[in-house]
Amino acid sequence: MKNTYIGAPMERREDMRFLRGRGEYVDDLEVEGLLYAVILRSSVAHGHIASLDSSAALKCAGVHAVITAKDMPGGVPIIPMRLQPLPEFKPYEQPVLAHDKVRYVGEPVAVVLAESVAVAEDALEAIALDIEPLPAISDYVTAAQNGSLLFESTGTNGSLVFHARKGDADAAFRDAPYTRRERLATGRHYGLTMEPRGVLAQWNPETGRLTISGAAKVPFFNRRILAKQIGLPETAIDMIENDVGGGYGARGEFYPEDFLIPFAARYINRPVKWTEDRRENLMAMNHAREAVADIEIACARDGTILALRGDIHNDMGAYMRTNGAVGARNVCQFLAGPYRVPHVELDSHLWMTNKTPVGTYRGPGRFESNFFLERLIDMVAADLGIDRVEFRRRNLVSQAEQPYPIAHVQPTDAKDQYDSGDYRIAFEQCLEEIGWYDKAKLCGRLTDGRYHGLGVSCFIEGGAAGPKETARLEINDDGTFSVYLGTTSVGQGVETIFAQIAADALEVPIERIRHVHHGSTHYVSEGFGAYHSRSTVMGGSALLDATKNLHAAIRAAGAKRFGCDASAIAIDGDKMSSSDGRTFALRELAGLSAEGTFHNHHHTYSYGTHAAYVAVDPKIGRIEIIDYVVVQDVGRVINPLTLRGQVIGAVVQGLGGACLEHLQYDDEGQFLTGSLADYLLPTASDFPNVRCVITEDYPSPNNPLGAKGAGEGGIIAAGGALANAVAHALAPFGAEPRTLPLTPSKVWELVGRKEV
Amino acid sequence: MKMPPFDYACPATLAEAIALLSTHDGDAKVLAGGQSLVPILAFRLAAPKLLVDLRRLTELRTIKINPDGVALGAMVRWCDIESDKRLRTAHPLLVAAVAHVAHYQIRNRGTVGGSIAHADPAAEMPGIAMTCEAEIVATGKAGPRTIKAADFFQGALTTALMADEIIVEIRLPAWPAGRRWGFQEFARRRGDFALAAAALFYDTAAGGKATNAHVGVIGVADRPLRLPSVEAVLNGATIDAATIAKAEAATTAAVDPDSDIHASGAYRKALVGTMVERALKMAAEQTP
Amino acid sequence: MRARFEVNGREVEVAVEPRLTLADCLRHHLRLTGTHIGCEHGVCGACTVLVDGKAVRSCLMLAVQAEGSKVVTVEGLSNDEGLTPLQASFRKHGALQCGFCTPGMITTAHALLTEEPDCDADRVREVLSGNLCRCTGYVSIVEAVLDARAAYKGDAQ
Repeated sequence: MKNTYIGAPMERREDMRFLRGRGEYVDDLEVEGLLYAVILRSSVAHGHIASLDSSAALKCAGVHAVITAKDMPGGVPIIPMRLQPLPEFKPYEQPVLAHDKVRYVGEPVAVVLAESVAVAEDALEAIALDIEPLPAISDYVTAAQNGSLLFESTGTNGSLVFHARKGDADAAFRDAPYTRRERLATGRHYGLTMEPRGVLAQWNPETGRLTISGAAKVPFFNRRILAKQIGLPETAIDMIENDVGGGYGARGEFYPEDFLIPFAARYINRPVKWTEDRRENLMAMNHAREAVADIEIACARDGTILALRGDIHNDMGAYMRTNGAVGARNVCQFLAGPYRVPHVELDSHLWMTNKTPVGTYRGPGRFESNFFLERLIDMVAADLGIDRVEFRRRNLVSQAEQPYPIAHVQPTDAKDQYDSGDYRIAFEQCLEEIGWYDKAKLCGRLTDGRYHGLGVSCFIEGGAAGPKETARLEINDDGTFSVYLGTTSVGQGVETIFAQIAADALEVPIERIRHVHHGSTHYVSEGFGAYHSRSTVMGGSALLDATKNLHAAIRAAGAKRFGCDASAIAIDGDKMSSSDGRTFALRELAGLSAEGTFHNHHHTYSYGTHAAYVAVDPKIGRIEIIDYVVVQDVGRVINPLTLRGQVIGAVVQGLGGACLEHLQYDDEGQFLTGSLADYLLPTASDFPNVRCVITEDYPSPNNPLGAKGAGEGGIIAAGGALANAVAHALAPFGAEPRTLPLTPSKVWELVGRKEV
Repeated sequence: MKMPPFDYACPATLAEAIALLSTHDGDAKVLAGGQSLVPILAFRLAAPKLLVDLRRLTELRTIKINPDGVALGAMVRWCDIESDKRLRTAHPLLVAAVAHVAHYQIRNRGTVGGSIAHADPAAEMPGIAMTCEAEIVATGKAGPRTIKAADFFQGALTTALMADEIIVEIRLPAWPAGRRWGFQEFARRRGDFALAAAALFYDTAAGGKATNAHVGVIGVADRPLRLPSVEAVLNGATIDAATIAKAEAATTAAVDPDSDIHASGAYRKALVGTMVERALKMAAEQTP
Repeated sequence: MRARFEVNGREVEVAVEPRLTLADCLRHHLRLTGTHIGCEHGVCGACTVLVDGKAVRSCLMLAVQAEGSKVVTVEGLSNDEGLTPLQASFRKHGALQCGFCTPGMITTAHALLTEEPDCDADRVREVLSGNLCRCTGYVSIVEAVLDARAAYKGDAQ
């Protein structure tokens, strides 16, 4: 396979429409006869629905219907889990509409259909919803007391415990010369997308076909769920992926609205569109990251890590969402990160609370576990009198140890091993890149009213989730090729990346790849989607298989045409020739298509290091990041321009979670951060000095491209790096950050100037 | 987040505008730049029956500078203040504070009158109005009246304005050459409302002692505050490190802010002291 | 109510409720869907358009307030043949991923560069801090805007 395009910083094709305002996002779609849906959501965190009277709303001009649970005579469908669908989770899955109880502020209770969104919102105010409140659970400690139960039938607010085990941690701790125990916490935040969610559903009673626009991430899986819930065969449903304004794990999972809107379209026999507004999005899109770790580490006196042990408590919100268990599983499976830890005994508890349910957010569970371990390492290194850089050097996994097995998690029987890489190389390179030793000389004293500090954090990023992916290649009328993918776009540039891979695989100029179609269910026979940093590896590898199959099909067609053996047909770009020199052009085979698949049961592990250099103003708690470097090894780069964008974008998201973003509730489960003035996102002024270096030292042995999923590494170590830098800066005060986000108020408290 | 329904009027004269407000008896709201009002309506926190748009009242858009001081028409926008070079010497404290207001797009539409009428406890313009003893000129069905800033701000988002009154002008007293001033603000992000800020000035008497000190703070109460106890520390004193430290302590002692989702009360209390300290340092180090 | 104004050089007349925002009017009545809605409360900047040459948040303006004004959207800053220098600079620097914030970035950057073709990185960051992006982390956007300054100096645009 040539390498003309793979590895080149090609400008993106999709930019041509995005830059000119010609993108097509779901709210941009209009169809004849459209009605608009607005969701009535609970403003009470926990309670019994006593009554719902929509008669006044139905009298409002322009209102066509108010749909409630009563309108689902077969029962209100429940949303099943897509990942880790363990039987223990079943009682905690979410009904698409609340009917007897509400369990979080924002839970859907009814759907209003009207001539316009404004009219529908007017009608919302006319619906009399009476809820008898129950005591609300707003933190895991209260949840664990099981006083007030979210699900009476289960008798507990603890839905499950994951156990991560490796070696014999008890023995290791018994004999360990040094141990330290800490309690650390990461705050609730989420993968807010600039485009809120949306669904447009069209039902054609004559053909019996349902067409859903606004699909993202996992359209094939969502179609499967919807088909079952709505009582239609999968083949009668088309999920169409338009342009998607961001994913990060949160957009594209199956939410209540993904049933409610198609149901509404069939109910009212008109097309229905729902567009989430930002106030809804804050309380309805999957939350993430809220975890408390009560963990201890055992070490030898020379800093060799022996064991990790303890409990992590995950605040799951009110229901188990389609991928809600991933973060809780990852936080214990990957707590050891890129370090050599022979003994692990970690329990990850999932607690249900009266808050918005939790799903994955870029680097799920990994951002949390990185913060927990990296903070612990700095504290322990100081205790043992070992330089924290040297401590890491001693414990980072080397290439000689690959593949390196990690903790085994039950009850999902998750067994895994890192694939390739010498994590110390990226580590050393990062220290060099930031000028660690020079900058260290500037730390430890007050300069212009601020203390400078350096922090470092090492990560591994799991990618390329299987089990498989599908791609299809088709020859167009003009001899160009079209690519169809089962993976999806959330803005990461698939139309360009896959054109590069296809062009190199087919050995044609990239202009011959006319278009890359992604996500929609009518493009390929089966698809899995974009999550767990899998698109390039899985889709790309499937594309290579499709190329192989297409070439075989072309040879077979040529053999028939020329009456010779298929092996005698040579393919040169867009021309075919037989051994005796007869040729024909590819366009004569227009319509010929071939699918390819790639099966994968081995994750890839991209890895690297973050280093942060900060200046902290101790009087006002302000943190300025003066320099921030990520070194990440991705195995093989397809497009360095888009990859750099992914890494830096991920870092800034991570720093947002470390300093700014915080979803907050009061003791009654009332949601306090209901606007973008309350939930603070990073802006262009906040983290201007982020840079990255990408390396390709250790391709993955697990796929033909040698690539590793790389979209999440930039976020994973941001909390750990930043907090370690702040701790280093504030060492004169003995300040040890143990919780995120590190707000100015928190930093000030750490410095110790609190009034009693 | 569509707004509740309302009627809309765009009167050509001030008298017309007042008449509309009067007849609607509290059910009408003035629309100036809309940068504060429209979000309130989008969240359905208010549902007025009528919006009275002042955009045709061009007489409210002027900035007048004369020996009495600076008079800002109520519809003067932040970008107008930014681009009026005269203000850099005519009122440098105003210019410094306005540089912190919101963002580029908001500054193209948001008005001084709107900010004063909205009275957010952490907004810069009300803070300047308090510190500088501004006079707010408002007109209603009973005719015009002048309201001192100290009487104008009555609580969070609450002012002395009657339902039929429109702010027409904000008058800042004359700013003498040689006056020392300081403005310090700390917000979570650039353009956010202040966690706390200090706006202050003092003149210098014979012997280099401070006189006529005016110290105002925002973000630490339900309205902008002047701190007479801090002014007492400054008046008659040399503004040196010792005086500044005393002023910082007096500031912290004078306020009792609440905690909220962004910061604890204890933090804000300390923060505002630091803001005064740094504003004083800024003032003391100015070259006159 | 009727409102008459100019959009991208064309006179339009719309019949709208007073409560309809300019953003919604552009998107639904005029089918100019390039202007995006990300928050509807004046924070994210995705809805930024130019009104009489000034960048404004169209979600904070009523359509009826545009009476007599000249409105320019991202479509009005684009052409069919290819990309403008500002757009080409964004593409070159990888200054967009999902594209949702991009129209707001383009209109805001265009307004800034038109007024201040000599702006420096700090000024670019200050102005763009009113436009939220979730994908890029802003570094490439700032680079793209700085790189586009040359096209706005002298006789350009």
